[in-house]
Amino acid sequence: MTQTSPARFGLRLVTRCLALAILAGSVIFWVAKGSHRGLSQDRVPVPQLDEITGIEYVTYEERFVPGVDWLVGGIGAAVVVFAGSFFFRSKPQPPTA
Amino acid sequence: MNKSILASLLYLTIAGTAFAAPLSFDFKDPKGVNAIRFHLDSLLEPIAGTASGVTGTVIFDPANPGAATGKIVVATSSLTVTNTMMTEHLHGANWLDVANNPEITFELGQLSDVQTSGNTTSAVATGKFTLKGVTKEISVPVRLTHLAGAFGKRINKPELGGDLLVIRGEFTINRGDFGIQSGKNEDKVNPEMKLTLAIVGGAPQA
Repeated sequence: MTQTSPARFGLRLVTRCLALAILAGSVIFWVAKGSHRGLSQDRVPVPQLDEITGIEYVTYEERFVPGVDWLVGGIGAAVVVFAGSFFFRSKPQPPTA
Repeated sequence: MNKSILASLLYLTIAGTAFAAPLSFDFKDPKGVNAIRFHLDSLLEPIAGTASGVTGTVIFDPANPGAATGKIVVATSSLTVTNTMMTEHLHGANWLDVANNPEITFELGQLSDVQTSGNTTSAVATGKFTLKGVTKEISVPVRLTHLAGAFGKRINKPELGGDLLVIRGEFTINRGDFGIQSGKNEDKVNPEMKLTLAIVGGAPQA
C-alpha cells in the first residue's frame, strides 16, 4: 500500500509548478522578444545610411535578443526540474499491525 | 580688356585641370561609417558581422583613375558579430588569431578594365590580400566614386574644402586558403566567406 505524506505531495506540486513556470516563462520571453530563430544576440545590428556618400552601414544596439539556444535551455531546465519532482513521489508504507 | 581676363581665367582653369596632382584620401573616417561586412553560411544561421577598424590611404587622380594606388588596413580585433561569445571565438587562435595577426590588409597593385562614367569608375583591382598572416594575390571588382567638394559638407563644416572617394566592392574568399579552419567544420560553416566593402576616404583641401 502506498501513501503520500502531505509534505512530499506539497513539494512535488511546487516542483512541477516551478517546471511549468520555467517552460512558460522561457517560451513567452522568446516570443515576446521576436522569436529569433538563430543564436541569441547581445548586440543587435541597426542599418544606417550615410546620406552624402550613400553608404549603408551598421551600428550595434546593446540589447539581448533570445535565440533558439535560450529556448532549448529553458525547455531543458523545465525538464530537469520536472524530473526532480519524482524524488518526492510516494513511497510504499510498511503495513501497520 | 574683358577678353584678356576671360582668356586668363580659361587658361588657369585648363592648367589647373591638366596639372592637378593626384589626391591622397585618408580612409580613417571621422564619422565611423567605414566597415567591411563579412558573411558565411552556417548550419543554424548565417554568420554575419562587420569589421569597422578601417584605415589606409589611396592615391587617386580624378583625371587618371586607372593609376590609383593605395593600401587599406582593417584591425582584426574590430571584427564583430551579434553574439559576444561567438565574437571571442572568432578572435581566438583557431579562427583569426587576433593576438598574432592584428591586421588584415589589401595592397592595391593595379586597376584593370577601367571604365569611367561621370564621377564613377568601375575597375578590377588586383593586389595583395593578407589575412591571418597569409598573403595571396586577388582580383576584386570595385567601383570608385569621386565626390568633389563634398568633404566639408559631410562633416557639417561646409567651409572646409576637399573631396571624398567612395570605394565599393564585393568578393569571396575561401577561408581554408588563409589557414582559417582549413578543411574543418565545412559541413557546419561554409568554407566560402563573402566580403563586402563600402568605405569612404577624405582628402581635405590643403
